[in-house]
Amino acid sequence: MGPNGGGKSTLFRILATSLSPTSGSATILGRDLIADPASARPFLGVVFQSPSLDNKLTVRENLVHGGRLYGLSGTNLTVRINEMLSRYRLAARAGDLCGTLSGGLRRRVELAKSLLHKPKVVLLDEPSTGLDPAARQDLWEHLLALKAEGATILTTTHLMDEGDRCDRVAILDQGKIVAMGTPAALKAEIGGDVITIEADDASGLRDEITKRFGVTPRAFGGQLRLERASGHAFIPQLVEAFPGRLRAVSLSRPSLEDAFLHHAGRRFADAEAAA
Amino acid sequence: MSAMLTLWERDIVRFFRDRPRVIGGLVPPIVFWLLIGAGLGTSVRVPGAPEGLSFLQFFYAGTLVLIVLFTSIFATISIIEDRREGFLQSVLVAPVSRLSIVLGKVLGSSTVGLAQGLAFLLLAGAAGLHPGPHGYAWAALVLTLASIGLTGLGFCIAWVLDSSQGFHAVMNLFLIPMWMLSGALFPAAAAPRFLQIVIAANPVSYAVAGLQRALLPAVVAEGAPSMNACLAALAAFAAAMMIACVLVASRRDAR
Repeated sequence: MGPNGGGKSTLFRILATSLSPTSGSATILGRDLIADPASARPFLGVVFQSPSLDNKLTVRENLVHGGRLYGLSGTNLTVRINEMLSRYRLAARAGDLCGTLSGGLRRRVELAKSLLHKPKVVLLDEPSTGLDPAARQDLWEHLLALKAEGATILTTTHLMDEGDRCDRVAILDQGKIVAMGTPAALKAEIGGDVITIEADDASGLRDEITKRFGVTPRAFGGQLRLERASGHAFIPQLVEAFPGRLRAVSLSRPSLEDAFLHHAGRRFADAEAAA
Repeated sequence: MSAMLTLWERDIVRFFRDRPRVIGGLVPPIVFWLLIGAGLGTSVRVPGAPEGLSFLQFFYAGTLVLIVLFTSIFATISIIEDRREGFLQSVLVAPVSRLSIVLGKVLGSSTVGLAQGLAFLLLAGAAGLHPGPHGYAWAALVLTLASIGLTGLGFCIAWVLDSSQGFHAVMNLFLIPMWMLSGALFPAAAAPRFLQIVIAANPVSYAVAGLQRALLPAVVAEGAPSMNACLAALAAFAAAMMIACVLVASRRDAR
């Protein structure tokens, strides 16, 4: 997970064996992706961010060619294609040209194509790009079902709620992993609650809070943010200390966005804007 | 093997599904042949050709090469489309050797070019050429080797470019001169010395010479390469292009 331009797609492409890293190593299932990418490819199912379907071919033809590239053929291939078509509710559209399908349907075809050979590891790059909320929900249900069947799913995302659905999250910023762990652990590192203060004189207020309480909030525009255990007890002190100077104070449980801010030192939205 | 066949099949299905491409590849060269052949035919006599041979007949082999040259090479433009539309990325991460990808793609594109060449070959009778079964067989073999080599050339160029506009620009740099200097438009023997050297180094010349030997032995000039020499030169060209394709496609680049 990380902002656009954070290095997610580059990492994805290195893991998908379509890009050689300038340095470092990468292995999947014990296979060296840099020295011998061919050894890992049969076990990977890759879903790219940009479409990889042939729009001039039908859904079924795309699946046939996709399956053959992974060594499937004959009855075995036909059976797998029919399984995938019914599983992803594509059977009625099997004869349609891919170019005529909606974005959500096309994504389902992509997913079906990448899963024909029962990959052990499924790599997805921002799979929900361009999907409406219903299609996105649908996609995630499929991903979680695959996980339940034993596949390892590795996906990039810049959406917090998608990060929350994962078992483990690595936060990428400017090409570096700044934090990694379960979503719960990443949030727990913040150690308490997040207090957001809005004020007219944010930077002046920040200095005074530091002097008075010994903690330095981070300032973002007109906002100050503080991470603090038992925030509910701190807020009354804060409000009483600066009567009339706070426009708004809010208390929230830490989110992955707060975890990003905690580790990257900047807001997710600012990182996106900078990219 | 199955990967190669599946990529091959895909290109052919795509081609025949695209009616304008089928017509566009075949009709313009026929028009071109009739216009240039008939126009030049009235004012130009092929040097060294026997009495009664029209320029239209001489020009037939050259037109055949033109068709295969253009359709084979322009079929490789599909590599640029495959890359841009994203299909290629999924092929590149599949457990498929680069050789299979090259062969599948080259065979797909050259089959398309060859199909159009063979369709035009059926009109030989209408042009007043009667080469007989052997002549047709030799002509088909020459066209096959030529289209594989030319498709390979197109593949190498298409692989490294990322826009079809760029491809058109680069290919025109190659295509027109390769065709002009192949003996298609004027016999090699009639050309000045320095052009003869260029013609001898041009693989397309051997396609033209081979086709003339197969279809129209009467126009073959003295000192022109033998059929075996033509086939050997075209086979060497095709093999060299295949090797170049695999080398180009094996680079794992940042795209």
